[in-house]
Amino acid sequence: MAMGKIFKFHNDLDTDQIIASQYLLLPNIDEMKVHTFESLDPEFPKKVQPGDYVVGGENFGCGSSREQAPSVLKALGVKAVVAKSFARIFYRNAINIGLPVIVCKDLPDAVESGDEMELFLSEGVAKTGGRTYSCTKLPEYMQQILSQGGLIASLNKEG
Amino acid sequence: MGMTIAEKIIARAAGVEQVRAGDIHTVTLDRMMSNDGTTHLTVDMYNNKLKHPHVADAGKMVFIVDHNVPSDSPKTAAAQKKMRDFAREHQIDFWEGKGVCHQIMMEHYVCPGELIFGADSHTCTYGALGAFGTGVGCTDLLYGMVTGTSWVLVPETVKFNLTGRLQKGVYPRDLMLTIIGKIGANGVNYQVMEFCGDGVKTLSVNDRMVLCNLSVEAGAKTAIFEADEIALEYLKSRGREPKAVFSSDPDAAYAKEYTFDLAEIRPVVAKPDFVDAVVPAEEVCGIRIDEAFLGSCNNGRIDELRVGAAIVKGKKIPGHVRFLVVPASQEVYLQAMEEGLIETFMESGAIVMNPNCSVCWGSCQGVIGEGEVLISTGTRNFKGRAGHPSSKVYLGSAATVAASAVRGEICMADCLATS
Repeated sequence: MAMGKIFKFHNDLDTDQIIASQYLLLPNIDEMKVHTFESLDPEFPKKVQPGDYVVGGENFGCGSSREQAPSVLKALGVKAVVAKSFARIFYRNAINIGLPVIVCKDLPDAVESGDEMELFLSEGVAKTGGRTYSCTKLPEYMQQILSQGGLIASLNKEG
Repeated sequence: MGMTIAEKIIARAAGVEQVRAGDIHTVTLDRMMSNDGTTHLTVDMYNNKLKHPHVADAGKMVFIVDHNVPSDSPKTAAAQKKMRDFAREHQIDFWEGKGVCHQIMMEHYVCPGELIFGADSHTCTYGALGAFGTGVGCTDLLYGMVTGTSWVLVPETVKFNLTGRLQKGVYPRDLMLTIIGKIGANGVNYQVMEFCGDGVKTLSVNDRMVLCNLSVEAGAKTAIFEADEIALEYLKSRGREPKAVFSSDPDAAYAKEYTFDLAEIRPVVAKPDFVDAVVPAEEVCGIRIDEAFLGSCNNGRIDELRVGAAIVKGKKIPGHVRFLVVPASQEVYLQAMEEGLIETFMESGAIVMNPNCSVCWGSCQGVIGEGEVLISTGTRNFKGRAGHPSSKVYLGSAATVAASAVRGEICMADCLATS
């Protein structure tokens, strides 16, 4: 994977901050994505480029089950979310829609927004600031869903 | 090795003798619920992304419009129409305006022993009846709708041993906020909270719903009580039969155990912007409020309306406070009317609204403005959860919310009574 820029967020980052309730009933993800992280960084949708990364702390994506949260990140081209830990519904939703979610205990504290990072998914490592960080690999079952492009793609494949 | 209640439900749904934490199993879902927060996206995916669109068993599906009901804009109306039309076309049970989804599910559907997916994080409420309910996104919901199955990573179970009895003026919501404050917002991430011990016998199904509902705020996949005689009595009174009644084996494995003495619990408040920022209610007394909210899937049932009404009875809400009262369902609303509670609220100056998710999810009614302060019986107090990003949400019991509404600042019911 190519280098991407890091956008870093705090511990217990909840899905309301990723996409606020008032936008959830908009007709589609494209209309929603321009409001991503609006409460924390209203310029985020303009600044983020395809291939960039979101980095979080502990319990990333807690709160609401809104699948719109990982969906707007994916729609904006976010390559992966790297965090010390994830809340389970966000984690599961991200895998189901084909957005890589990577657990890495040491990396989040060592980076800042704007840093460049490179992620090697199959090797389970991330490189940034001249250092290499090892990440937790997904269980094979989830890895398979992800590699097929998400749960719906895998369902269509099953026939 | 024995199994916990949660493991037994998953084993039954997977058609296997034994499951262990960490296993991944394919399960047959007993029921699926989806609300207007995401169903329009599910329907779009169904129509546009599937090679072979198909509903495996419409009888297991329930669609509920509760988040923005009645609709508040042409876009909301379009999203809800999509959901309504789909439900009609596929003969899916459809509810609109009758109550908050989890309240409707508990009143009409949930049975002990069932494995239920709901496209809403507070689906964990169903553990109050010994069911395994868990929140999922719309892709999971769609997959379940099409195949009747899903994949489950078997979670570890954490035991919460409850002893004693809550004191007068202290409520299950104080207990659950206290627990979350102690274990943290990810204290039981991907685990099941199992409530047991003598203390559970003092808790009604309503009380148990309050506990289970908020378990996701500590990261839980779900929370669960054994379906005892209290749960079975509730079920029987509603003409339903359990799917299966499970109890945890004496040698079942628990990742951790906690004990809470209910008698030691005191009124607490969760401060903005985190549900685990829990402090004794005294610490925040005196903070001026702009709005108070009594309702939600956590705390909008008849028990809480009774508590709130008793506090506001004969008193007037000050002019600078909007006091929103939102019964969790029409059944609750009718009961409250019968008991004169609605009249009491209205005479105090409260705004009584139709059953819906209201300001608890920040995009229905009662949304608050820049820098405003809300005290709420809702589920969350995240930054901007109830409106403007600079607004603040405090979470307290129905008693604390009602007393605060009367005082115009955060206030414990005891202080109001003695002032």
